[in-house]
Amino acid sequence: MIEEKFDAIVVGAGMSGNAAAYTLASRGLKVLQLERGEYAGSKNVQGAIMYASMLEKIIPDFREDAPLERHLVEQRFWMMDDTSHTGMHYRSDDFNEERPNRYTIIRAQFDKWFSRKVKQAGATVLCETTVTELIRNTEGRVIGVKVDRAGGAIFADVVVLAEGVNGLLGTRAGFRETPKAESVALAVKEMHFLPEEVIAQRFGLSGNEGCVIEAAGTFSQGMTGLAFLYTNRESISIGVGCLVSDYARTMESPYALLEQFKNHPSVRPLLKDTEVKEYAAHLIPEGGYKAIPQLYGDGWVVVGDAAQLNNAVHREGSNLAMTSGRIAAEAIFQVKSRRDPMTAENLRLYKTMLDESFVIKDLKKHKDMPALLHTNSQNFFMTYPQLMSAAAQNFVRVDGTPKIEKEKATLSSIVKARSRFGMVSDAVRLAFAWR
Amino acid sequence: MTVAVTDVRVEDKLFQNRYLVDTGRPHIKVRPHDTPSANLLALTRVCPAKCYEQNDNGQVEISADGCMECGTCRVLCEATGEIEWDYPRGGFGVLFKFG
Repeated sequence: MIEEKFDAIVVGAGMSGNAAAYTLASRGLKVLQLERGEYAGSKNVQGAIMYASMLEKIIPDFREDAPLERHLVEQRFWMMDDTSHTGMHYRSDDFNEERPNRYTIIRAQFDKWFSRKVKQAGATVLCETTVTELIRNTEGRVIGVKVDRAGGAIFADVVVLAEGVNGLLGTRAGFRETPKAESVALAVKEMHFLPEEVIAQRFGLSGNEGCVIEAAGTFSQGMTGLAFLYTNRESISIGVGCLVSDYARTMESPYALLEQFKNHPSVRPLLKDTEVKEYAAHLIPEGGYKAIPQLYGDGWVVVGDAAQLNNAVHREGSNLAMTSGRIAAEAIFQVKSRRDPMTAENLRLYKTMLDESFVIKDLKKHKDMPALLHTNSQNFFMTYPQLMSAAAQNFVRVDGTPKIEKEKATLSSIVKARSRFGMVSDAVRLAFAWR
Repeated sequence: MTVAVTDVRVEDKLFQNRYLVDTGRPHIKVRPHDTPSANLLALTRVCPAKCYEQNDNGQVEISADGCMECGTCRVLCEATGEIEWDYPRGGFGVLFKFG
């Protein structure tokens, strides 16, 4: 059907694919982007928080027309037991700046905007088209793709695999393994709608200010998991994510956990009278540095979630995706400019450049965190939240018990639950994994 | 605090979503079996769209119409060959309005 040959084919129109396609097209390369959804964004799910500086590197004036919901001025971290939360809140007027640092976004809308930019930059974008297979020559080099449309073989010098966490092409071609149950989290999420002014009032916000709550605790039933609540302009995104391996072991249901969180006495009032308009589920790469697969080969590179480029500790994904897409495109552009072939040897430049960026440096820094949190989930997500709550309650409740006895009781409950050695060992391992 | 899990109706949640079902061409298939493995059985509880159910003979069956294409079942059961996982044809499947 498509006779012409392209400089590059980008598979997928999420954050990494759009960043790659935009960067390639705006440097004058002939780009075809293929997306299986009805429109860019229709298969994509994220919380979602978007970090401005990574998008600025791609589209500097994005604030002029991108669909941004609220800029974040307040972050709440909650540790929860069944009836309480202990929180650390950070709110700063410094975030009310001319070029805010973080925004909440709604992915389907944001991705449509990004896709328009890709088209304006000169790329051909074909939606409702599933890539079924990579075409390789006799030497094994990727030379194009097959799609599920009539006559569907399309050729290009290089294929950018931006196919997402559940991408089939790269795994079927043997470029990387299917993600392991221990290195992906399953997140479920609902969109709750409320009038703009009710959200402002409920969360103490004015104008386009936004607030984020991120919580860990007993609602995850001892599994490694996190809940989130993000304020959009006139909706709230709320969800829960836990490791797939933990789900398989405990046989808990994700929707039951979400209900548990929504009905927590600290959360329920925030959702009063909302209208739910969507329920979504998605996998999140959690394996960190050690789960990153081979990133390039003869005629191909892999970017974004498909390459497990996600910082679970800092809950950053789309900025790593965007950056990897941009850097892959810049590397391809350099190879192309030198009129060199798109061999593995030449595309290695992508990895070299990515290694120098915050993407790999951050993931490397926290390379031991996933293993620590995943193997000690009962302590970090059940025991400590309970102890924290008990200690806080003991501190604030005034009932005539002498303070010295209260403090002794708190300390002994902690030692009893986790032992001095256990706590010291958790602290030491956490410190080592973090540094 | 306990929430009765039986009160959660996934069907009601999925009803909010938009789908274009490719009738007669399910994108996930379960291999015929006598007894399901632990992971396959877990899907009856872990699948966020509750696509997997156990029949009267104890075998696990799938109805993929409400599938949100997250890939959890693929991660748990594709390697053993218990399920086959493909993308829906272009344009079909779940179509997120918000994502």
